[in-house]
Amino acid sequence: MWKELIKGIIKENPSLVLLLGMCPTLGVTTSALNGMGMGMATLFVLALSNVAISLIKNLIPDKVRIPCYIVVIACFVTIVDLSMNAYTPALHAQLGLFIPLIVVNCIILARAEAFASKNNVVMSLMDGIGMGLGFTLSLTLLGGIREILGSGSFFGFKFVSENTSTILLFVMPPGAFLALGYLVAVVNKLKKAKA
Amino acid sequence: MKKKNLESTFINMALVLVSIAFLSSASLAYVYKLTKDKIEVSKKLKQLEAIKEVILPDYSNSPSEEMYKIKIEEGGELECYPAKQNGELKSVAVKTYTKNAFGGEMWLMVGMLPDGTINKVSVIDQKETPGLGTKVTEEKFKTQFMGKNPSSFKLKVKKDGGDVDAITAATISSRAVCDAIERAYKAFVSSK
Repeated sequence: MWKELIKGIIKENPSLVLLLGMCPTLGVTTSALNGMGMGMATLFVLALSNVAISLIKNLIPDKVRIPCYIVVIACFVTIVDLSMNAYTPALHAQLGLFIPLIVVNCIILARAEAFASKNNVVMSLMDGIGMGLGFTLSLTLLGGIREILGSGSFFGFKFVSENTSTILLFVMPPGAFLALGYLVAVVNKLKKAKA
Repeated sequence: MKKKNLESTFINMALVLVSIAFLSSASLAYVYKLTKDKIEVSKKLKQLEAIKEVILPDYSNSPSEEMYKIKIEEGGELECYPAKQNGELKSVAVKTYTKNAFGGEMWLMVGMLPDGTINKVSVIDQKETPGLGTKVTEEKFKTQFMGKNPSSFKLKVKKDGGDVDAITAATISSRAVCDAIERAYKAFVSSK
């Protein structure tokens, strides 16, 4: 059971190893906090949709399984969207556009199809949480790197003076690709060293 | 795969999809009801804070209670919140918008002195790209409008021949802010 939880964090990390869900990974990681917020929202949706789908997996006819999954996922995403709007309006304002897009995040559908539809509820919950954690971690890491290099701050805490020029490129879209590329390379290297 | 799923007959498929859709919408309706008030309250609060932020601090009335509407050229109205002291108009907050932002609409609160000089600007609602366009909400960008009168200060980014410093990699968002302020200024001046 713990294996299912841990595998998502490093061995099968969704964004750094499986390279799934690249849209939010590249899009929102302009700061560590944004990355973490997005990761947490995704973790929540992933865990709940995995549980729900593994609960109803036997009731779903094969031919309509994808539409069924999407409806379930969309439902949880809207719940997250509404509650974030109500309880964390500042974060919601920052991430705005990207929250509804969790629906089409392929990690969630991939886990539903590949894992939750074949395993029991507890395993699916563990898988969801593990994958969500892995996603959160890599987004926070990527966001942190981009924030440090691009804005000279970490979690909004500025450590260079206002006039220091930072590597602005890293806050912009090309910086996302660069940082992600290096991060994936490092992870691959580490994995090779272990094997 | 295990073959104990329901068979994919037409009736089964329709039934399952309909019931899932029904359950989802029911639970969404419930969550919507739970969060509706909270969202409204935080929106109202945000607006009140924005008004307070952009008007001059010396006023004795309640701007939100004395709200009136002013007309804009292309049709429609903007909300205008007057801040008065002893019946004399000290400053106004105008809730304005633009449709040309990167993420569609953007709403701003613009504080102006009676002669139209900009006091302060606050972004209330935006859907710009996080980390790029969202910088229009930061002080660094907003302070350049302070104390400027649009009759002499060209509300356009420098690229378009105006006086506004655009944000790097977010020219469209910067333009949008200018557009919204311009709208508020024109409406307020012509309403007098």
